Amino acid sequence: MTVTQAPPLSPAPGGPPAHKTPVRRRLVPYWLLLPGILWLVVFFVLPLVYQASTSVQTGSLEEGFEVTWHFATYWDALSEYYPQFLRSLLYAGTATALCLLLGYPLAYLIAFKAGRWRNLLLVLVIAPFFTSFLIRTLAWKTILADGGPVVEVLGAVGFLDVTSWLGLTEGSRVLATPLAVVTGLTYNFLPFMILPLYTSLERIDPRLHEAAGDLYARPATTFRKVTLPLSMPGVVSGTLLTFIPASGDYVNAQLLGSTDTRMIGNVIQSQFLRVLDYPTAAALSFILMAIVLVTVTVYIRRAGTEDLV
Amino acid sequence: MEQYETERLSAAQLAAMRRSLTNGRGALSRRSLLRVSGAGALAVGGAGILSGCGIPPAKRESGAADSDDHSDKEKQLTFSNWTEYMDTSEDGKSRPTLEAFTKRTGIKVKYTEDINDNVEFFGKIQPQLAAGQDTGRDLINVTDWLAARIIRLGWAQKLDPSLLPHAYANLSSQFRTVDWDPGRAYSYPWTGIPCVIAYNAKATRGRKVDSVTQLLDDPSLKGRVGFLTEMRDTVGMTLLDLGKDPGKFTDADYDAAVGRLQKGVDKKQIRRFTGNDYTSDLAKGDIAACLAWAGDVIQLQADNPDIKYAIPAAGYVTATDNLLVPAEARHRKNATRLIDYYYELPVAAQLAAYINYVCPVAGVGAELAKIDPELAKNPLIIPDEAMAAKSHSFRSLSSEEETAYEEKFAKLIGA
Repeated sequence: MTVTQAPPLSPAPGGPPAHKTPVRRRLVPYWLLLPGILWLVVFFVLPLVYQASTSVQTGSLEEGFEVTWHFATYWDALSEYYPQFLRSLLYAGTATALCLLLGYPLAYLIAFKAGRWRNLLLVLVIAPFFTSFLIRTLAWKTILADGGPVVEVLGAVGFLDVTSWLGLTEGSRVLATPLAVVTGLTYNFLPFMILPLYTSLERIDPRLHEAAGDLYARPATTFRKVTLPLSMPGVVSGTLLTFIPASGDYVNAQLLGSTDTRMIGNVIQSQFLRVLDYPTAAALSFILMAIVLVTVTVYIRRAGTEDLV
Repeated sequence: MEQYETERLSAAQLAAMRRSLTNGRGALSRRSLLRVSGAGALAVGGAGILSGCGIPPAKRESGAADSDDHSDKEKQLTFSNWTEYMDTSEDGKSRPTLEAFTKRTGIKVKYTEDINDNVEFFGKIQPQLAAGQDTGRDLINVTDWLAARIIRLGWAQKLDPSLLPHAYANLSSQFRTVDWDPGRAYSYPWTGIPCVIAYNAKATRGRKVDSVTQLLDDPSLKGRVGFLTEMRDTVGMTLLDLGKDPGKFTDADYDAAVGRLQKGVDKKQIRRFTGNDYTSDLAKGDIAACLAWAGDVIQLQADNPDIKYAIPAAGYVTATDNLLVPAEARHRKNATRLIDYYYELPVAAQLAAYINYVCPVAGVGAELAKIDPELAKNPLIIPDEAMAAKSHSFRSLSSEEETAYEEKFAKLIGA
């Protein structure tokens, strides 16, 4: 967000003095914010408070749940399910890195080299959103099917031997393994990486590249010193938009994974809907939220930008 | 319009407006916004509010009084069902049995297919039921364990037996006695859902798979075996394989069954625990053999002759989907009449011919044979005596058992 300074204007006679803004005017911005704030209060703050309350309750459906300030739920949940937390962060982190590696060149191409193909390519990036998340994920079950062409090729070139040795795949199959889950995550969140990258790359004035060339910078140096720093807002918001939802996702782990690939989203879902342990489910959600918040804060501090897109 | 108004403002006014938005006292700086929202959050997040929202204990309802029922004044009812669980005309526009019901009784049925998953559906209606509110549904169709839970929590209405002459007479003996609803006071089954072993003969190279032991131990199936995320089917079938009766087992038996399955997970024999999505895996052969629901098997066989099924010698588990009237529903009497209607033989046959699940109505065979003689012979729709004898149902669980067992099962399947 850039703040434009108001151009200096000479005060007209009879105009209100600047230092005494009428109350009604001062309230204008808040009035404008009201719909958004109300929306957030009803659909974000209230559920959040409700969940916070649930997380310190004890009880059962029969006897009802009462707030007993039972904070031990948090510790129990964390010590019980830390492997799933770590796995979620690992999978989401890997998927984010892969998205960046795949998305950056593509966004670069669309922004600078695509010419008249630019709009078409952008539509293609967004096109998967025209089908449902579930269908897209299920499609990967066909793509990665045992003995299907993809798995055959990967097996023939020895790729599966390596991943199998690393514990990412299981013998000669990809489905129901960590690799399948990370692949699904990467695929599903790729557009969230590409679009912010594209917007920030597209804003870069091509003349800067020419100027760098004029100053005898090699293309690699131009990229490192000009393009990359200027596209950092895109990188940051792209990684956030990918990492945050990916770490809470459970659909990919459910459909493409197996028992040893369950992520924290699966645990929350199962605690909430199957086991009916609402306090644990709520506590897990809060822990996940805290972890993501801390991770993101540290990341933004280090990436040194507050300028998101 | 905006244009016009802007033009009317003097330059000074414009400037003042800009200043007030960007750097005046009322300016919406990030700091002031944070201050305001922070104060709000503190106020809202106060401990008092936190302790204010608990979940009230489940309310016991002992058959609502007739005066609460609006059936006589309002000739209508809302029926929530699973998808593909009602006969539909070829063009997909009408539902013949439902329309015939409306024609005969004048009761309009608002039919919605909003149940996809028991646990999710319970998550959806639980807050309203817990708060003692009407869910907006007069009739719901849920699997037996969930029906048992809803009845246990006092969230179902007792049905008037005098309105259920056909249902009482025609309910097949296999489903008559259930420990969670003695005398069928609250619920009537819509369908029976046998859990059998299905296999893809192409993927097993013609080998027959007919026991849970084989699923868990046969090395030729390694990594290509599926079990169901439905706890009662997976554990129930394993209990039977261990020689225990899912109708009366102990904690130790349960642990033994879960331990047996855990071994299958640890040695990577079991590929996945699945919901309905096993069907495509089985058809492709990614899953060579698995536990499967009989209704799915019939549908899969229609498209793929390689799909076979086997009834384990140790027996199998049959679940049921059950109709019940949730607490506070306004049209209990209308809903009860609809239940009874589906126990009339011709209606039951028409439904069974379409949905291909075990029909809980005794004596439906002759009527079904009139529609499709092949279906009438299929033991997965009308179980013969040998098959019915092997059927078991999973016993009902107390609240503590349910939580403990689901927790253990969740560990097994990784979440």
